[in-house]
Amino acid sequence: MKPPRFTYHAPATVDEATAVLTEHAEDAKVLAGGQSLIPLLSFRLAAPEHLVDINRLPGLDQIERTGQGWRIPALVRQRAAERSPELAAGVPLLAEALRHVAHPQIRNRGTVCGSLAHGDSSAELPSVMVALDARMSVASANGVRQVGADDFFQFHLTTAIEPHELLLAVEFDEPGPRTFGAFQEFALRRGDFCLAGTAVTATFDADGSVERCRVVAAGVAPTPLRLTAVEELATGSELDAATLVAAQEVACREVSPLGDARADAAYRRQLLSVLVRRALGAVREKRENSDAA
Amino acid sequence: MQPDVHDGIDGQVLRVIVNGKEHRGVTEARTTLADFLRRELALTGTHLGCEHGVCGACTVLVNGSAVRSCLMLAVQADGAEVETVEGLADGNELSPLQEAFHRNHALQCGFCTGGFLMSITAALREGPVETEEEAREVLSGNICRCTGYAGMIKAVLETSEQAHGTKAAS
Repeated sequence: MKPPRFTYHAPATVDEATAVLTEHAEDAKVLAGGQSLIPLLSFRLAAPEHLVDINRLPGLDQIERTGQGWRIPALVRQRAAERSPELAAGVPLLAEALRHVAHPQIRNRGTVCGSLAHGDSSAELPSVMVALDARMSVASANGVRQVGADDFFQFHLTTAIEPHELLLAVEFDEPGPRTFGAFQEFALRRGDFCLAGTAVTATFDADGSVERCRVVAAGVAPTPLRLTAVEELATGSELDAATLVAAQEVACREVSPLGDARADAAYRRQLLSVLVRRALGAVREKRENSDAA
Repeated sequence: MQPDVHDGIDGQVLRVIVNGKEHRGVTEARTTLADFLRRELALTGTHLGCEHGVCGACTVLVNGSAVRSCLMLAVQADGAEVETVEGLADGNELSPLQEAFHRNHALQCGFCTGGFLMSITAALREGPVETEEEAREVLSGNICRCTGYAGMIKAVLETSEQAHGTKAAS
């Protein structure tokens, strides 16, 4: 067996879970789907003394409709989110991105919230949640606090979740009228972490100009990275061909990725800029198709 | 400091139904489902390749869903129904998918085969696989390093056609 020894906790309520986390804080890790944590244990990159398995907490495995949007609690598997026809209709960007997350065998166990709590910037869901301006509900023995996605991701594999806290759910609004999203990524093999990726949401005014947008890069910085210069450029435009070319150039200048064995820095930068152009183009196309419909 | 636990002192009791048969066991919390199946239940058809969720050789079905058994603790399967490659054949009678693998030379050394069979079995229960592209998608979560995938794609399409009565596009 590969994981190091740990004391296993299987709390039956959120209060029990946060009590254990309060007691052991830095020495404890939360286990949800385990698709990132178990490899870390098996490589012995992590060796927590206590593992808090939240899989038996009740009432956290169903996608919920809220007043203005959606709530995905901690035990909703990625596969369940991918296959929800209501969620796919309401927030197509999420379903589009989920198909790129590893493989079905991983998505059957892996949770939406787990991917966010793990906080790998090459993963799909963190950048999507920033694009959706999502809010994280973080629970502790003191209650529940909300953290916006822009503040949630702090560094590589580091989020705003404190050691004594637990990510209870992620919430986001249903995109309003004339709002469209797109996700683009490139990975060396199907299901791999991407070399670069981007999640885009844009709201258009009645005349077809971008009223506001979020353009988020994945895999090129220690966190999902908002490309604010690209956002500024796109806002007010109709995302015409000239704007897309300019957006690519701006995106190229706005990121400073690191190179690694899979791709050097210059290639990643170029790749990201092309993906940004394509995603913005896809958003424009979706708007045009909705006009035609 | 690591807690002082050894050999069952942190023993987790679990009850799991494997291939329709109930098993009760005591295991360390850190034991993966793959190790539990292989060591405690002697079901060694579930193979371990990479042991970190990449190769797919350890794929089993838990409550009907294909999962990596190296990325799940045995104790998390308490109360679950597990299917392993040993459950596919009926005695000496191979399942239609196993027959199709045989017919199409879809295995060579066989190390990865059990994982592929379980991934494909889960996919075909969900619905037909009608195109080569869909078949490749079904296979994409498992790695084979000797035979390659051409025979497996044929096997998937043939089995789907048998099971779902759909014509496979070639």
